Amino acid sequence: MRSSLSDQSKVVRFEDLALQHLGAAYSLARWLVHNEHDAEDLVQEAYLRALKFFSGYYGGDSRAWLLTIVRNTCYTWLQRNRALRQTESIDDNLEEAGLDFADPEALLLQQLDTQMVRQALHDLPVEFREVVVLREMEGLSYKEIAGIVDIPIGTVMSRLKRGRQRLHTLLANRMGKEANVELSANA
Amino acid sequence: MNCQQTRELIHGYVDGELDLVKSLEIEEHLKDCQACAQMYQQIRSLRSALAGNALRFDPPTNFERSLRSALRKQDDSNTRPALLRWRWLPVGATLFTALVIVLAVAGMLRRPSTSDVVAQEVVSSHVRSLMANHLTDVVSSDRHTVKPWFDGKLDFSPPVKDLSQQGFSLHGGRLDYIDNRPVAALVYQHGQHPINLFVWPSDGAPLISQTASVHQGYNLIRWSNEGMSYWVVSDLNLAELQQFVQLLQEQNQARAMR
Repeated sequence: MRSSLSDQSKVVRFEDLALQHLGAAYSLARWLVHNEHDAEDLVQEAYLRALKFFSGYYGGDSRAWLLTIVRNTCYTWLQRNRALRQTESIDDNLEEAGLDFADPEALLLQQLDTQMVRQALHDLPVEFREVVVLREMEGLSYKEIAGIVDIPIGTVMSRLKRGRQRLHTLLANRMGKEANVELSANA
Repeated sequence: MNCQQTRELIHGYVDGELDLVKSLEIEEHLKDCQACAQMYQQIRSLRSALAGNALRFDPPTNFERSLRSALRKQDDSNTRPALLRWRWLPVGATLFTALVIVLAVAGMLRRPSTSDVVAQEVVSSHVRSLMANHLTDVVSSDRHTVKPWFDGKLDFSPPVKDLSQQGFSLHGGRLDYIDNRPVAALVYQHGQHPINLFVWPSDGAPLISQTASVHQGYNLIRWSNEGMSYWVVSDLNLAELQQFVQLLQEQNQARAMR
């Protein structure tokens, strides 16, 4: 009897701690695997694993702790489903040539609609996508991201840099096309 | 700061991750350089297009409820049969930890008196350097400034590493006196935590693999390689201090392989 009481409070304690991050966890999973149902399954799997490890959790940033488990669960799934083959291999020491923000024409990002930005981010390789999502949508620091993704802080910065450069290029290209379509429609 | 350096660091600047000095340097440069200023604006607009809740996915309506019931179901099926095992786990873990500590201490105390005395000196020196506001004699985050400064003051040349990229910025160096000899003290900073790294030649003493200990609430890690003894002390938590040591050793290895 006594034990079932303490077990009960363990789940309750876990729920208090973990469910407040459900939004962040689900959104991250959804951005990693791109699919509503898989994201639900993976978040549930991650939460069940987290509950199992909960006795080994001794305080600290619960959001980072949970997002690490969600991220790893999703990565295992991606590897199992060979979805990672869609992505190129990432060399973090590489400088990307020809990608920069210093275009002659400034991108008027105010004109971008959400759908276009969403699609560009969707098309980004997962290694860049995850740091952009964690930084821009969840507002995590480099140090927190480094912990979750298990890379050095300097690599967080270089991946963010390259991710943003690619997004910028993708969006600039799409804007260019759209402008052309408008032009030909007017003609 | 020039354009290339600015381009290297601008994302850290936009994200508020640079130290004050570097941020000011970038701000200076952005005032003078139109191309970099434009890039800065572009990154900011891109960030604002990504921020907020517009791109975030919300969990489906009933998801939280079904997740709760899955959690409780697993908890019911797991805890009962496993109760006996789990109850003894903390005891086993404690015994195991105690054993590890005993072995670690036994290893460390092969020459018990000396290393304990040195640990005490290292901690005292660390504390003194913080109290007297005499953390550094030469303040520089540039290893090419710090390293020559030691020439002529010591009869050996301490390896000076720049780890600011990895979050441990080199703050400067000073002379200190430990184990009856002058030693090099290199001062690093991680967040709000100063780290003192003491280096001196090990003079043929046996090689020591990495050993951690706690003295007066400070974490200490010592090791030796390539004829040098290293002690690092800080109020930083052990995990991050170990990461710092790891980075130093990696850099040393990279140097040795070249």
